[in-house]
Amino acid sequence: MHVLYLIFVDPFMQMVHSPDLLMQTLWDGLVGGVLYALIALGFVLIFKASGVFNFAQGIMVVFAALTLVGLHEHGVPAFVALGLTVLVMLVLAFGVERLMLRPLVNQSEIILFMATFGLTYFLIGFGQLVFGGNPKVMIAQDLYLPSGAIEWKGHFGFVSFQKIDIAAVIIASIMVAVLAVFFQRTRIGRALRAVADSHQAALSVGISLEQIWVIVWFAAGVVALTTGIMWGARSEVSFSLQVIALKALPVLILGGFTSIPGAIVGGLIIGIGEKLGEFYWGPLLGGGIENWLAYVIALGFLIFRPQGLFGEKIIERI
Amino acid sequence: MRLKLLALGLALVIAAPAAVTAAQAEDGIYIPLMSYRTGPYSGAGIAIFNGMHDYLNMLNARDGGVGGVRLIVEECETGYDTKKGVECYDATKGKHPVVSTPYSTGITLQLIPKASVDKIPVLSMAYGLSASADGNDFPWVFNPPATYWDGASAFIRHIADVEGGFAKLKGKTIGLVHLDAPYGKEPIPLLQALAKDYGFTLKLYPVPGAQMQNQTSLWLDVRRDRPDWIFMQGWGAMNPTALKEAIKVSFPMDHFIGNWWAGGEDDVRPAGPEAKGYSALGFSGVGQNYPAIHDILKYVVDKGNTQTPKEKVGEVLYNRGVMNAVLIVEAIRGAQRLTGKKQVTGEDVRRGLETLNITEARWKELGLPDFAAPIHLSCADHNGHNGIYLARWDGTKWSKASGWIEPIKDKVLPLIDSAANSYVSANAGWPKRSEACDKSS
Repeated sequence: MHVLYLIFVDPFMQMVHSPDLLMQTLWDGLVGGVLYALIALGFVLIFKASGVFNFAQGIMVVFAALTLVGLHEHGVPAFVALGLTVLVMLVLAFGVERLMLRPLVNQSEIILFMATFGLTYFLIGFGQLVFGGNPKVMIAQDLYLPSGAIEWKGHFGFVSFQKIDIAAVIIASIMVAVLAVFFQRTRIGRALRAVADSHQAALSVGISLEQIWVIVWFAAGVVALTTGIMWGARSEVSFSLQVIALKALPVLILGGFTSIPGAIVGGLIIGIGEKLGEFYWGPLLGGGIENWLAYVIALGFLIFRPQGLFGEKIIERI
Repeated sequence: MRLKLLALGLALVIAAPAAVTAAQAEDGIYIPLMSYRTGPYSGAGIAIFNGMHDYLNMLNARDGGVGGVRLIVEECETGYDTKKGVECYDATKGKHPVVSTPYSTGITLQLIPKASVDKIPVLSMAYGLSASADGNDFPWVFNPPATYWDGASAFIRHIADVEGGFAKLKGKTIGLVHLDAPYGKEPIPLLQALAKDYGFTLKLYPVPGAQMQNQTSLWLDVRRDRPDWIFMQGWGAMNPTALKEAIKVSFPMDHFIGNWWAGGEDDVRPAGPEAKGYSALGFSGVGQNYPAIHDILKYVVDKGNTQTPKEKVGEVLYNRGVMNAVLIVEAIRGAQRLTGKKQVTGEDVRRGLETLNITEARWKELGLPDFAAPIHLSCADHNGHNGIYLARWDGTKWSKASGWIEPIKDKVLPLIDSAANSYVSANAGWPKRSEACDKSS
């Protein structure tokens, strides 16, 4: 009976008695969710263009952030370093297209997936060779990202809004919106969808496969850079940051691998869901449940929508 | 035919370095370092292994090795991964290493049963299994100068001092923020026992490895529970993230104390001045102001025979690596003294470790005056249970903030006895100690 009380009554009593903690949890969940959405978007863009789950997205986050901080450490001014990093991500996109994707046109998806494993190990090794394995401090101040917090105090308690989190939400939201519009409403977006449906059909109507791949890998690179800056500012820039990208997996399961709105909604559901779950129900299981709770939430949705919230329903006749 | 030649060539390329090292090992003392210069914990690993490597190289350059025998130092990359660590151990044990230094509690736990079989002592300096301090049950394992239980008990003694005595701990809430891995969980039994004895409430805050840089929920729990003090058993990227999150929830920094693996420069740099007041346990000196460190600069760093940038020499974890190398070398010297041989084996070095006696005067002779507390091991005590000091971050650098804090030995030692007994009874066939006991130097 007591267990039932702890599961079904106590968490809601806590929410009523301490609304400040509830609001704080929702805010932190929102911030986490937006950042998850951003990471998931990197995966979705590449999956839509080539049907490949890009295993290298996590290391791209680290590589982009390391490049930015590494260039700055060598005396390059912050915004010049930012521009140069964008350029490096463009060169990476060209390199991936020319050296990895082009030779593998019309190969099965699993071959392309394995190629992204290779890319991951290449970027890990190359990154360590060039920048070393030491953790680095993100140059948030040099990029004029705000620090400190705004506290909202009232009779209910207080809610703390970190300025860097507010900036992260705004920047990530703008980025998600721009990318969504770009890939949904422009010619390139339509070409991208055509490529996703069939490489050969897209080629036959004059769509340049190479160009589309460079564009999506570059967009994924910029997304990785943004994620790296935001997450690096909350902690540090180190190779352990690549694990954060795995948080996008339940988001993708939930939102669908091909849907940009799915990545956004999925990110928010996972972000807020895992924070509420960890905070109110986690202590019942000894804490630290956030790691797997995201997958449980995603699986819960899958029972009702196997293709994900916004994923395409694929019917294959055999 | 060409294919055969190619295969033969490839085989030679692969086998040659191993054969060369094995041959060299005949002419020197082979010390493998299970390092992690890559992966999520590389930030800490690089500093430690630079310190170890540089000190050993310095001895080769300055003294021609130890007792006239050159030291052959070889690194094997584990990435702090237990599986890879065991692979490294298996790959190097054929080269007759005189000691293994796993630098991971997970790897140490795997090597403990192998040590007596392969006759290679395990030196887990201030990490690993706390119970292995019991030399009667673990004659092949050494973990000086203090166990994690000593560290956690020194933390409790410190906060008792601040609060006005052990009696004042009653009713307090103490949080343990720990990596959810064997290393992070190690102090839990001791803290649970102390919570029972002193009447405080222990709250556990585990941080899964994959969540090291995503700790927001955990610190919301801290905000709700409002513990009076927090002790952190963290590693790698977990530490700076925890500090930033603690600042976010306005947890008072002067009530937040890390263990000795949560007190490096890279742990506090990202939080910078905001982390002012945060403290961490320590047991080795910091800075370049020691004759031995000057020798490292002169014989190794200035000659370009290192991977360490000059300004990093003397940092907390670098010097921790130097101290670990000193323990290895002193054990080798002890083994040479005991056996009269120059080319010693793992069995000899085990005896050297068991008779390790680094007095204050000896630290001075080594060019490291006041670098660490005297270390004296014996057949029964493989740890020393030394005092620990508190270092405080002033926003830009670490400085010593206390004298030596003694562990609560009357609580720690019985627990070690009982944990060692439990380990032996849980592992059927655990060998009874048959190794003779040497007289300490």
